[in-house]
Amino acid sequence: MNGPAITFIIGWVLRLEAALMVPSWLVSHIYREQEGWVFGVAMAVCLLLSIPLIAAGKKRKLFQTREGLAAVALSWIALSVCGAIPFVLSGAIPDPVDALFETVSGFTTTGASILPSVERLPRCILFWRSFTHWIGGMGVLVFLLSVIRLAGGSHMNLMKAESPGPSVGKLTPKVQSTAKILYGIYIALTLLEVLFLLAGGMSMFDSLATSLGTAGTGGFGIRDDSMASYSPYLQNVVTVFMILFGINFNVYFFLLCKKVKQALRIEELWWYLGVIAASVAAISWNVRGFYHTAGETVRHAAFQVATVITTSGFSTVDFDLWPSLSKTILVLLMFIGACAGSTGGGIKVSRLLILWKSVRLECRRYLHPQEVRTLRMDGHGVDGEVVRSTHMYMAVYLLLFAVSVLAISLDGKDLITNFTAVAATFNNIGPGLSLVGPVHNFGFFSPFAKLVLIFDMLAGRLELFPMLMLFLPQTWKRF
Amino acid sequence: MQIIIVGCGKVGKTIAERLSAEDHDLIMIDLQGKKLQPVTDALDVMGIEGNGASISVLMDAGIEKTDLFIAVTGSDELNLFCCLMARKASGGCKTIARVRNPLYSQEIGFIKEQLGISMVINPELTAASEIARLLRFPSAIKIDPFAKGRAELLNLKLRPEFGLDGETVMKMVSKLHTRVLVCTVEREGKVYIPNGEFVLRDGDLISIMATPQDASDFFVKLGVSSKRIHNTLIVGGGAIAVYLTRRLQEMGIDVHIVEIDPKRCEALAQQLPHATILNGDGADQDFLLSVGLERAESFVAITNMDEENLLLALFAKKNSDAKLVAKVNRIAFDDVIDSLDLGSVIYPKYLTADYIVQYVRAMQNSIGSNVETLYKLMDDRVEALEFRVREESGVTAKTLSELDLKKGLLIACIHRRGQVLYPRGQNRIQVGDSVIVVTTTKGFRDIRDILR
Repeated sequence: MNGPAITFIIGWVLRLEAALMVPSWLVSHIYREQEGWVFGVAMAVCLLLSIPLIAAGKKRKLFQTREGLAAVALSWIALSVCGAIPFVLSGAIPDPVDALFETVSGFTTTGASILPSVERLPRCILFWRSFTHWIGGMGVLVFLLSVIRLAGGSHMNLMKAESPGPSVGKLTPKVQSTAKILYGIYIALTLLEVLFLLAGGMSMFDSLATSLGTAGTGGFGIRDDSMASYSPYLQNVVTVFMILFGINFNVYFFLLCKKVKQALRIEELWWYLGVIAASVAAISWNVRGFYHTAGETVRHAAFQVATVITTSGFSTVDFDLWPSLSKTILVLLMFIGACAGSTGGGIKVSRLLILWKSVRLECRRYLHPQEVRTLRMDGHGVDGEVVRSTHMYMAVYLLLFAVSVLAISLDGKDLITNFTAVAATFNNIGPGLSLVGPVHNFGFFSPFAKLVLIFDMLAGRLELFPMLMLFLPQTWKRF
Repeated sequence: MQIIIVGCGKVGKTIAERLSAEDHDLIMIDLQGKKLQPVTDALDVMGIEGNGASISVLMDAGIEKTDLFIAVTGSDELNLFCCLMARKASGGCKTIARVRNPLYSQEIGFIKEQLGISMVINPELTAASEIARLLRFPSAIKIDPFAKGRAELLNLKLRPEFGLDGETVMKMVSKLHTRVLVCTVEREGKVYIPNGEFVLRDGDLISIMATPQDASDFFVKLGVSSKRIHNTLIVGGGAIAVYLTRRLQEMGIDVHIVEIDPKRCEALAQQLPHATILNGDGADQDFLLSVGLERAESFVAITNMDEENLLLALFAKKNSDAKLVAKVNRIAFDDVIDSLDLGSVIYPKYLTADYIVQYVRAMQNSIGSNVETLYKLMDDRVEALEFRVREESGVTAKTLSELDLKKGLLIACIHRRGQVLYPRGQNRIQVGDSVIVVTTTKGFRDIRDILR
């Protein structure tokens, strides 16, 4: 374990977090809210902590994979702990575990809240809540990589650990420029959404907060009824942008380079859009009669499907009241998740595609045991290592899922609540069904259950292994 | 610059390491993804699995925006073909191909011209030239040419018989009445850039800058064998041996080659009618002694086995006074090997990489940087750079003693209109000069970077 390299990264992440608190602090000034000082304190804490960490750290140390994973996991934990300071100090969420839950839920773009009502919160706190989504969506280390330069291969090991999806490729030869391009696309799309929302008559603050939440596919609403009271136009805009942010960012990169053919060759994209279309059709048919017009039905169905598959977690209706076919579809969509290389969570469409294809290969192998065939995707053969790690991911995913459900069932809630609570946090969605449905919140869980769910959110966002590594004693050995 | 490298073998990897350290955008192409993996993990480069001669792979790699294309796969023909395709696909990027077949080497002018290849590298030929240069100055461990060969940077180890222990650099120069300049001193793993008061010790590895004449004068005055060598014993009859023998014979040196394979011996005898070809096992001590190892003035171990080369050199060190040269191709324990004190060890893959890095530096000249030549010394801890002064600037405004220079930096020599000047305090840098700077700071791109 290469301690100095890790503390260096954590130190920089904290420094970055201090910088990222500036907008929220500005918001408190604009609205003349007294809570602005909490951001000053939080920034001071981040900066003070970062000084010894960076001083003890070494930039020119090369990281191996394990340091990369550990640095990412520890950075996210540090980020969440410091990010919770404003919530506690401002009195918005006085309980530290609750505040941590809310922050982790923000950074991991889950959007599960413990707050029964958000409208009474000061605006700067609401803004910070939504801003954590935006930071966590693309990843704080990716941001860091676009800002500072590290020794040789360190980049890749960090990026691998934070980027969602079975395999991580660079868009350009250098990690730094790749990170810059990713953030460029991210910022541009976010601003575009702000413009569309403003055009629909939403206030500046609301459209900013909503866009930040959509961009990270997070889902913290700034109203108690999430998106229900906004106009149909605004809901549709959010639906479209949620779907856009759930698309693999490589697609946008290829489009930017005018490589349309390459962009359209990405199979995941078509499956993703196909699943959305099919689910919307099925649910619209299933909930016909719930709403006045066909248009309204499709709008609500589309919004709910988009919010769940991209793992955002906004809502326009209480889908817990829908018939069980629709609810089942939504729960299944929770597991599918968005595309790899997007800001969404879940298992990812491309992973399921690889699994589906390897199941098909396995079946063919029974027909012709001698047949040699490789798994192909996007017109290329998929490396055996990627297939193996995808299988491993699924195995670990199921295992962690089962353990988490067991752990939170100690609270004595009903099965649907426990199951969907874990599904909604592990896949970074937000609302589940029953007691954790769209109109409820996670506040009633015991502190232990909340800690389990916090772990699930982090594990789900960081693709399981960085968090699991922390529990492996060998990780901490010097050799 | 954006650079594509095809072939992720020893040489490809070394080139990538060097170029990535200089902040270029690198894309590696190899047929085997397994070979790419370790490189993309360790360096900030993009890896693409595929055939470097295929247009679709080249397009994936972004050939249209590429400035330089380097083909270093194992096959000469593939390298040439890759370069041809890359040139056509990109509309005229610079291309470098590795071509090692001696047959093609002889026709290289025609090939370069017809295929439009900017540079052809032949690691064996490069290695042979390097060895030949080393044998010219038997006391030097390593020699790098500057200013088109008018100045040289030589490394040598101070031995007790030189009588320089405890002398300052200034005393040494006045004692020997020479015009050399001590650029760097490596002692116990640390590198110093000495001033006049620096005290030398036996065992120091020093590098000096001098013209070839002054260098040989220096060696005469040190009292060491500036005596030219007259014969050499080569173990291993590969391609390097052929190139080397031709070079050495031009210099009038008598060459004996030991080769184990009788068929290869016959081929060598055909190609090199004036050399003595000996068929036998180079690893056989009695055989080596019987062919006159003890009387050899220089000994070159260039078999295909790195370990054998090192052991042979150690054996020769014990049994003769010969100047030793050993080739290490594959193994990467540089510092361990250096600690064996074998004299000169050459690494063909590094030589090739150095060569390409120099070319890239020169290419960058036209886009901003003014570095003409660059050498990495002392395990990359020191850089010796040659700058061309193109315009008036802060550097030309004052005499050298008045310039406010950065620390750990030495102006080693000024090359002005074909003449080499050893800089003194009252000298002034002029437009049109080539200035050679030795420094422990990395990343200089322009002569103005030397100012504080």
